[in-house]
Amino acid sequence: MKIRLAQIAHARSGDKADRADIGLFAFDAAGYALLKREVSAQRVAAHFAWLLKESRDAVECYPLDNLLALKFVLNGALAGGAARSLRSDNLGKTIAAVLLRMEIEVSGDLVIPAQAGIQRR
Amino acid sequence: MKSIRIGAGLGFYGDSWRPILATIERGDVQYIASDHLSELTLAILQKDRAKDGAAGYTRDLVPMMTALWPPASARGVKFVLNAGGLNPLGARDVLSQAFAAKGWRARIAVVTGDAVLERIDSLQSEGQTLAHMDTGASIDTVRDRLVFANAYLGAGPIAQALATGADIVLTGRVADAALTLGPLLHEFGWAPDDTERLAQGLAVGHLLECSGQGSGGNFGSRHFWSEIPDLGHIGYPIAEVRADGLATITKAPGTGGRVSFDTVRQQLLYEVHNPHRYFSPDVVLDMGTLRLDERGADRVELSGATGLAAPTTLKIVAGYDDGWMGHATIGFCWPDAYRKAEATVALVQQALREERLPVEDTAVEYLGLNTFLGPHADLSQRDDLNEVWLRMAVRSRDKRAAEAFPRLFPWLALSGPPYMGGFHGIAPASQLLGVWPTLVARELIESEVRISVSET
Repeated sequence: MKIRLAQIAHARSGDKADRADIGLFAFDAAGYALLKREVSAQRVAAHFAWLLKESRDAVECYPLDNLLALKFVLNGALAGGAARSLRSDNLGKTIAAVLLRMEIEVSGDLVIPAQAGIQRR
Repeated sequence: MKSIRIGAGLGFYGDSWRPILATIERGDVQYIASDHLSELTLAILQKDRAKDGAAGYTRDLVPMMTALWPPASARGVKFVLNAGGLNPLGARDVLSQAFAAKGWRARIAVVTGDAVLERIDSLQSEGQTLAHMDTGASIDTVRDRLVFANAYLGAGPIAQALATGADIVLTGRVADAALTLGPLLHEFGWAPDDTERLAQGLAVGHLLECSGQGSGGNFGSRHFWSEIPDLGHIGYPIAEVRADGLATITKAPGTGGRVSFDTVRQQLLYEVHNPHRYFSPDVVLDMGTLRLDERGADRVELSGATGLAAPTTLKIVAGYDDGWMGHATIGFCWPDAYRKAEATVALVQQALREERLPVEDTAVEYLGLNTFLGPHADLSQRDDLNEVWLRMAVRSRDKRAAEAFPRLFPWLALSGPPYMGGFHGIAPASQLLGVWPTLVARELIESEVRISVSET
C-alpha cells in the first residue's frame, strides 16, 4: 500500500542563499524507521528534479535519531536565491509541503497513528 | 543555581511586537532578543539609505520601543536588537530623540564594525580573497555591483555592551542567535572554550530567533497546524537558561501557540545546513547529541548540546545588483480557464519577441493550479477549472525592459481570450539581488568592532 509522507511526518522548509533546506519529522519511532528506509537523498533529488539545476549530488541528507528527523539540504534549488528568483515562492517555504506529498510503499499492517503529532505526549 | 529568562522579540523586519508585550508583562523575563534582519533585509535598508543618509536602520525600532519601553523599564527588562541594520548609530539617534521627547531615561550601547563594503579593497590587500563560499568564484565578477557587505559578528561584543550597564543594545549584522547568546555570556561569564555551554546557548538562541515559529506558528503539517490554540494571541518563545547551560523553552501564561517536542524540533532544524556543524562566530554546534524533553504543558527542556571551538573565520554576506524583475498577474474564469491562460502565455511571448524586449529569463505560473507543487500537482481537473490565475515574470539587466513587460497585458482585455478579470494596474519593476556569501579572517573584523554608549 502507498501512503503520503504527510500521514506519518511533519516538515518545515527555509532558505539560505541558493539553498533550500527541509526538516522532516516522524510522529513516532516506527515512522522514523520508514523515513530512513524510504526517503533517501537520491529519492528527494528525483522528487525535486524540476527545481534543481544539477540533479546529481545536489541533495544532502542528515538523519538525526535523537529528533526522529531527517534533514535535507537542496543545493541550487532557489533559482539563484530569494532576492533574484522570479518564483512566487522565492523563499522555498512551500517546498516542505511538496516533500510531504511524496508517496512511499509500506506494508499493509502499518498502523498510522490517528492521534499522532502535537497531541502525542 | 542562577538562571535567567530571555524572551524572543521580532523574527523579521515587519513582524508583530504585540506578543512581546505579553512576554514582558507576564513572562518574567530579564531580556528581549529581537531579530529584525533576514539574510536580505540589508538590501532593503540600503535602498532607504541611498535616498536618505540618516536612514538604513529598520523603521519598526521606534514604534516598537515606544510601545514596549514603559512596561519593560518598570520591570528592568533589557533589549538586544539588531535593528541598527546598516546604520546602528543612526538608529540610536532616532531612538534617543524619541525617548528624550517622552522624558524617558535609558542607557543605549551600539555595536559597530560589521559593515565592510567600504573595506573590500583593504581586506583583499590583507590577503582575503573573498571568493564565493560555495562556488569559489572571484568577487571581481560582482565587485562593481555590490550594494552591501556585512560580517556576522558574534555574542562577544553584545556581552561587552551589556557590561557597560546598557538597558538597550543596538547592533547591525550579528549572528541571529548571538542576540540571545550575548546576554547569556554577560550573565554567566561562560569561557570561550566552554563549548558545551556555548553550544547550549547557541541552540537556545536559534530557537528564539524566529519569534512565533518557535512556539507553534507556521507549524508545517497536514491538519495538526489547526490544533495549535489561539494563534491570534500567540506567545513568542521564552528561554529559561541555567548557569550550567540547561535550558527550558516555554512561553508566557495565557498566550496562544504551543511549545512541545514537535513545535520545538521543527524550529531547531530550520534553516540549518549540516546539523552536526551549525556554524556561528562563537561555537560550532552539533545538534546530534541534543535532547528535547517535554516537562509539562508548554515546557520543553533542552540538554546535551555539544560543540566544537569557534571558527577562525567570520561569514560575510554581500548583496549585488542582479537586474530587474517585471511581472503581471491576470485571472481567467471558466469555461476553458486553463486553455485561455496558456493561450495568453503564447500571445505574451510572441509580443516579447516582436517588441524585442531584452529579457534573460521568463517564469510562467498558473496560480491555484501548480505553482507550488509543480509536477506533483493533481491536474485531473485542469480542463474544467472554475478559474485560474496566470502570473508571468521576466528578468532583465535593463530596467526599462522590466518596466515595459506588464504593458504587454492590458490590450488582452478587449482583444484576447474572454472572461478575464483581476488585472489591477501596471506593477512597478523590482530590483533583483544576488547573494555573495564569503569568509574572512575574524581578527581583521573584530579589531574594528566598537561599542559606543550614551544616555537619554
